[in-house]
Amino acid sequence: MFKRIAFTVNGKAYDFEVDVRESLLEVLRNHLGLTGAKQGCGVGECGACSVLIDGVPHDTCIFLAVWADGKDIRTIEGVAGINGELSQVQQAFVEEGAIQCGFCTPGLVLTTTALKESGKDYTREELKRELSGHLCRCTGYQNIAKAAEKSLEGHICTCEDSPHYKGAII
Amino acid sequence: MAYTVVGKSVSRADAVAKVTGKAKYTDDFSERGMLVGKILHSPYAHALVKSIDVSKAKALPGVEAVITHQDIPKIRYATAIPGVIEAIATDEVGVAELKYATAGHPFSLDPSHRDKEDRYILTQRARFIGDNIAAVVATDALTASKALKLIEVEYEELEALTTTEAALKEGAPLIHDDCERNILSSAGYVIGDIEQALKESDHLIEGEYETSIVQHCHLENQISLAYVDSDRRIVIMTSTQIPHIVRRIVAQALGISWGRVRVIKPYVGGGFGNKQDVTVEPLNAVMSLAVGGRPVKLELSREEAMIDTRTRHAFKFKIKTGVNSDGKINGIQIEAVSNTGAYASHGHSIASSGGGKFRYLYQTKALKYEPLTVFTNLPVAGAMRGYGTPQIFFAFESHIEDISRKLKLDPIELRKINLVETGHVDPLNQTVIRSCGIRECIDKGKELIKWDAKKALYKEQKGVKRRGLGMACFSYASGTYPVALELGGARIVMNQDGSVQLQLGATEIGQGSDTVFAQMVAEVLGIPMHMVHVISTQDTDISPFDTGSYASRQTYVSGMAVEKAALEVKRKVLAVAHSMTDIPAHLLDLKQQHIVMKESGERVMELEVAAMQSYYDRVHAQPITSDVTNNARINAIPYGVTFAEVEVDIKTGKIKILEIFNVHDSGKIVNPQLAEGQVHGGVGMAIGYAISEQLLFDEKTGQPLNNNLLDYKLPTIMDIPEIGAAFVEKEDPTGPFGVKALGEPPIISPAPAIRNAVLDATGVAFNRIPMNPQRVFEKFKEAGLTLN
Amino acid sequence: MYDIKAYYEAESVEEAARLLAEKPNLKLIAGGTDVLIKMHGGQLEEAELLSLRKIKSLENIHVRDDGTVAIGAMATFSVIFHNAMLKKLIPVLTEAAVSMGGPQIRNIATIGGNVCNGATSADSASSLFALNARLKLQDEKGERVVPIREFYLGPGKVALNPGEILTEILIAPEDYLGFGGQYIKFAMREAMDIATLGVAAVCKVENGNFAEVRIGLGVAGPTPLRCLEAEEYARGKKITAETLKEIGKLAVRSTKARTSWRASKEYREHLVEELTQRALKTAVVNAGGAEVV
Repeated sequence: MFKRIAFTVNGKAYDFEVDVRESLLEVLRNHLGLTGAKQGCGVGECGACSVLIDGVPHDTCIFLAVWADGKDIRTIEGVAGINGELSQVQQAFVEEGAIQCGFCTPGLVLTTTALKESGKDYTREELKRELSGHLCRCTGYQNIAKAAEKSLEGHICTCEDSPHYKGAII
Repeated sequence: MAYTVVGKSVSRADAVAKVTGKAKYTDDFSERGMLVGKILHSPYAHALVKSIDVSKAKALPGVEAVITHQDIPKIRYATAIPGVIEAIATDEVGVAELKYATAGHPFSLDPSHRDKEDRYILTQRARFIGDNIAAVVATDALTASKALKLIEVEYEELEALTTTEAALKEGAPLIHDDCERNILSSAGYVIGDIEQALKESDHLIEGEYETSIVQHCHLENQISLAYVDSDRRIVIMTSTQIPHIVRRIVAQALGISWGRVRVIKPYVGGGFGNKQDVTVEPLNAVMSLAVGGRPVKLELSREEAMIDTRTRHAFKFKIKTGVNSDGKINGIQIEAVSNTGAYASHGHSIASSGGGKFRYLYQTKALKYEPLTVFTNLPVAGAMRGYGTPQIFFAFESHIEDISRKLKLDPIELRKINLVETGHVDPLNQTVIRSCGIRECIDKGKELIKWDAKKALYKEQKGVKRRGLGMACFSYASGTYPVALELGGARIVMNQDGSVQLQLGATEIGQGSDTVFAQMVAEVLGIPMHMVHVISTQDTDISPFDTGSYASRQTYVSGMAVEKAALEVKRKVLAVAHSMTDIPAHLLDLKQQHIVMKESGERVMELEVAAMQSYYDRVHAQPITSDVTNNARINAIPYGVTFAEVEVDIKTGKIKILEIFNVHDSGKIVNPQLAEGQVHGGVGMAIGYAISEQLLFDEKTGQPLNNNLLDYKLPTIMDIPEIGAAFVEKEDPTGPFGVKALGEPPIISPAPAIRNAVLDATGVAFNRIPMNPQRVFEKFKEAGLTLN
Repeated sequence: MYDIKAYYEAESVEEAARLLAEKPNLKLIAGGTDVLIKMHGGQLEEAELLSLRKIKSLENIHVRDDGTVAIGAMATFSVIFHNAMLKKLIPVLTEAAVSMGGPQIRNIATIGGNVCNGATSADSASSLFALNARLKLQDEKGERVVPIREFYLGPGKVALNPGEILTEILIAPEDYLGFGGQYIKFAMREAMDIATLGVAAVCKVENGNFAEVRIGLGVAGPTPLRCLEAEEYARGKKITAETLKEIGKLAVRSTKARTSWRASKEYREHLVEELTQRALKTAVVNAGGAEVV
């Protein structure tokens, strides 16, 4: 069963039929050749397949391709400038040594990009919470957290009474 | 020595490729008409396959091949090149299935030193839930999955042995017919007279300690892509740490000449030892052969990868230590039982390797190590970061803490009394400790965590949340010498502009080896990093021979080859310069892309000029290259320590790590930022090992209970505290630039340090990891701490 | 690729209800974080899906004139967490929302899907139980409203009749106005985890006494549940450490915890006793009461 969908990826418009059984990850990787999003678990537990859909991070392994109809999608391939110049977030990941095997990197760069572009302030804890949907086994997350903080320079809130999360997970 | 590039935190060679999504991993490659392979796994932990009916699966549209153990000999027969003698019998009827060993060790010419050959590509006797029974090749993954469900297998269930106790019990069924009592190996050692040493000690202290099965959880699952090329050679692209070894093992598994296999390793999404083993590759080759050599991709799902690749061995230890009242340890006797699961893999060498590396830390009159490595009907345990040392150091560094409490000695002083010194020679393998910074590591760690001040503060705590401090030490090795061969290979080609290509047999799997090798080359040749082009892909047809990424060997062992290769290029460049200037080469040096006078630094010519001369001189043209193999018949011992501070919730059993510092003596640090990254990652993994991670199985059936990333508690960014990494750089005279190993060491000492901190906070000794909330609750209840 | 045999999408609840009546085999899919994962695990094969994703009206969160808070079933956990009105009126629910999964999951998982999945570990459930939430169910013929406590029938089993769609979650003003609450998720990890125990406590305080207490628990039995005995006991009691202790003890009586590889019955019961007190302690402060020491 096929369904015609129209969507944009990294600013480019697409309009074609997708198999309703396919995930967005499969369409991006297999049909559009955008292999930056990786499959690590297939069930939304690792975040390696994350891309921005209408500016919001989503796990594409559990996002049906048909749902992309009308959406604006941004993958890691759409983050650097046309001449290859790295974005501020990418630059921060490089400088802070936030990359090891690199498999989780595209997802983390995208989520950090979304946070940066939101213009909102985050406490360090909140920032970590926003990144917590990405598993990494190489870095112990230290330099990833540093790179994210550097990316959001000026938007890291040190106020104790956080405007956001107050719940308790113990 | 002052270096220009070595010792600097330059950015990773592959950073831009990885941060832009351009770095290609195995799944990012595809071939036209590529098919998909899937595996039928045994649902029983121990069973015989009585019959398999594949007719329904074969009839499913889109299915190209269904393979069982019966098909393997036929496929192998068809693989043979007529007239070429290979290990395949000449007559189809007589072709037997071949057993092969999977462990990623260098081959040994000595048959007694080879790994145990106990694996079939597809088996008719299942030895764990997940064992490979049959395989399907289809046009797409969904069809392949559906076909798997249509394969009808009749099993005869056998008794499943899910614990080492059950496997060792008299009369227990044998998992491998040639291994009595289900024992794979029992190779230990004795130094001195242990009976006497224990007898003459003032105190005899005993303890039992236990570690659990954990899994690597590299983000990229095992995956490979195989096809047969026009020369009837089998090409396998695979996510591996050991391409040259994969080539050999695939050839052995198929019984064909080794040269008929070509292995390509692109970027790898983490390995941690799990990819120092051959898992999917032989079956992937068979899948391609079954469809006439067409390309087939075989990717394990996370659920499959967590049980059908490798795990870390769970160990049980009984330790008896004889110690004098002044803290001097006379003798240590360690009995260990290691659960190696269903097949040998690395099992036999892990127990012995852990015991071997342990010897480099403390000096005692007598030491006896008796390990038993035992088969069970659980997933196969193999290599994992630390290779037996996280287990033995958890046990002993917990034990020595217990000794300090019993004897009322300061735990740090007790350790210091017994530590080895520089110049120590291992009595069994004669390894010389040429550099040893363990004492400085301890002092630095103590200072970083503010040990004395906090110790005083945390006395006599009564509240619901209690804090404590703990520490633990470790020793390791740089590579496997003298146990195994340590070859490193490097090749350098200088371009016309003076930049170079660096080709390696050593593999980048995320640890940063490409970058530190490039730094070494840049240092020797006096060129900036951007002029060293590292070829990150290994291709066994092209790359120099090197056994790969394991045993924390590459910076040390392969680094030696890289340094030599660079020095050879330098010598050749200076020779060209000499031919052009008549200045004796020994008076020249390379600095900042120039040939300079060694003494004055005066520039003689641009490097590019000499490089151009080497290419285009009408008489003497010969481009500058080097191709070096180095056999490192030596070792250097790295040391380190963890200091941890915890807060324990007495009521809920939750352990929170407040501060943790790892201080390492890994010799000269080539790239501090990458080195810190290794420490962070190792400590992060160790925190999971200590308090949350465990692969669980139903004890009756051997059924895995949590083989996915939701139920297996791999730490998230929210679960890891800030990790402190520091270095004591005791340069080792044997290492290139004075380096020693760093890759695995960070994972060794955090678990016992955390355990000792919990003991300090609560008075409760946890002798079994992980210290997850359920277990902590149970122990606290026993100790009467949880009462409301 | 997922094992999907047919895929339909409705643009209105009416259309969805009609399709569902026509084709009883259709399986509803909202965020997909349960349905697709079941398909990945092979528990759901050759699925015929009816997607609710295009029904924008189901994403609405608003307060009705009578003060009833109405949350559309398709509201995602992120939308709920970031909803300023909910954060102000019923923070115990927004806290529960942000404790669920990780950000990417919260960006797509819906509260309706979470409830209809029927899991005792559903992160929204303990709070919705404590808030006396009611569920509006609609089919081709009409709609009905059921209290959430009657909706959960057993593990993975809910009182959704064939043809019915959960459209709204309703919380009446008398159930939240003047209440302070606290949700505690106890899990092995601080993110991306399933609760070992979820405790939601809400209370109303008058002159240092409990005017009303409601406690919802997740993973303390086969379905989320309420601790009625403890709640009854608390009514009118002076807020002291002793009262809290007794409430904690009584809360355990309502549980039907079992031993699994995740945690033992004994441990879960111990956690119920301890965490109910902790949640209530914070709830008291949030309700304007004095801190219990």
